[in-house]
Amino acid sequence: MTLSQNSEYFAGESLNVDRIRRDFPELSVKVNGNRLVYLDSAATSQKPMQVIRAVDEFYSRYNANIHRGVYKIAEEATAAYTESKEKVARLINANGIEEIVYVRNATEAINLVALGWAAHNISKGDHILISEMEHHSNIVPWIILSNRAGAVLDYVEIDKSTGLLDDNSLHENLEKSPKLVAITQASNVLGTINDVKQIAKLAHKRGAKVLVDAAQSVPHMKVDVRDIDSDFFAFSGHKMLAPTGIGVLHAKAEILDRMEPVFGGGDMIKSVEYHSYTPNDLPWKFEAGTANIEGGIGLGAAVDYLNMLGMDRIRRHEMEITKYALERLQDVSNVTVYGPSLDMLESRVGVVSFSLDDVHPHDVATIFDRDGVAIRAGHHCAMPLVTKVIGKPALSRMSFYMYNGNDDVDAAVKAIGEVKKIFRIK
Amino acid sequence: MDLYAEEIISHYEHPHNKGKLDAENATFHEHNPLCGDEITIHLHIDNGRVDRISFEGNGCAISMGTASMLTDFIKGKTLEEVEKMGVSTVIDLLGIDPGPGRLKCATLSLKTLKEAIFVYEHKSVDSGTRNL
Ligand SMILES: Cc1ncc(COP(=O)(O)O)c(C=O)c1O
Repeated sequence: MTLSQNSEYFAGESLNVDRIRRDFPELSVKVNGNRLVYLDSAATSQKPMQVIRAVDEFYSRYNANIHRGVYKIAEEATAAYTESKEKVARLINANGIEEIVYVRNATEAINLVALGWAAHNISKGDHILISEMEHHSNIVPWIILSNRAGAVLDYVEIDKSTGLLDDNSLHENLEKSPKLVAITQASNVLGTINDVKQIAKLAHKRGAKVLVDAAQSVPHMKVDVRDIDSDFFAFSGHKMLAPTGIGVLHAKAEILDRMEPVFGGGDMIKSVEYHSYTPNDLPWKFEAGTANIEGGIGLGAAVDYLNMLGMDRIRRHEMEITKYALERLQDVSNVTVYGPSLDMLESRVGVVSFSLDDVHPHDVATIFDRDGVAIRAGHHCAMPLVTKVIGKPALSRMSFYMYNGNDDVDAAVKAIGEVKKIFRIK
Repeated sequence: MDLYAEEIISHYEHPHNKGKLDAENATFHEHNPLCGDEITIHLHIDNGRVDRISFEGNGCAISMGTASMLTDFIKGKTLEEVEKMGVSTVIDLLGIDPGPGRLKCATLSLKTLKEAIFVYEHKSVDSGTRNL
């Protein structure tokens, strides 16, 4: 597939949003008679034709189980699934596919680390360090594990004036020599980008293993697991143009070698006897049962699409929209925006959470929906951050991807006007 | 009919029956994990009827506005009448179906009210109420 030299997708150094939108069938759907303005890509992204077609092609032309058949279409399916892992490995600069374990989503990847690694390496009195800006998927597995093991769960605090992690709090907590430091690379609420490379360096000095929740970073910026030097790295396909039900756990091969499988069954073994088994090679040792083949193939096509546009261009494009959104919202009375400010755009992904006076975000989102503007309202699966640190029951959030433009921000700002009218706010 | 009609906004901004109740003999607390809406219903039940009712809580205009309207509507109703109420009761009160995304907000107060009454009567909560 040569998706590369497609100049129609670019306008100079920028992305040609009109051209990109034509690849996404969902974006031409009408909502209440309006164009769909999709501002919820942090929840899940829309899917381009190229991904939908790849899945369709698998089912219509070479559907077969992988790693089993010796006939042609089974070989083709196996090759496509394996090739998808090669693409993912290159995208994040892993050493090779032995480090790429396919799971359902970022949540499952983190739970796999909790059950397969942490359950055997963390015991009574040990510390686990996470942060106040984690998604529930990087909190609850550690609550479950620390309750079971008698371990202590610590939180790096957020510096409320900047929306970044508090350096002092990080250092103080690292003094306790945690066994594991599990931190998000990009917050799905504040948009904050954390310097996970620096955190990994400090954590490794204290003897900790490092898990990076990359669910909001991999889709939107160039990442390099060897440069970050993470031990575990988790993300979801559905937030990066791929189908739902496919996600990735990257881990260093030497850790996976020593890690116990969590699920047993077919495909994860080399041989089985009455009372013993020999596990399969990496990464298959961690993929029991028939894989999500269509998901893997879809993810491969999604990576092709991202590469065709270029991760750096996507990142720049989203920074421009984020800048525009922050500027526009600055001029709207009674709107509070959370996360790093305009002069710290480098530390922010395309996520803009806000509140509008005392209006409940669910009312905001319902009124936006009448204009066809889809935003997220709620605690964003980050209750400690939203309800304790920020102190609100819920927030409204818009989030951007390569198919968004400033016109989408304009539609959102207009919708804020309608909310104000209904709730009689200035 | 508009979901955000004058009436619901005015109930939201100036809720009826909001606060605690002295001498309550039934109460229940519910919480909508999707939105973070929270509500407590307080009841004084007398002779098989809702004698007095109030609510406390916080949440969106739909959940709080409906709670205000519903508590007005419920006063004097018999427990049998309340037990029979369901989604349509709430839609009638609002004058519009809020749609699948917001129905849970609208039915939160009725669900909580019915749970309070089931507990008061030492009955287990029926399936219809659980799924409101
Ligand atoms: C920062 C972050 N981590 C983890 C997740 C969990 O992703 P999934 O639900 O795909 O497992 C999300 C999803 O919203 C997220 O934003």
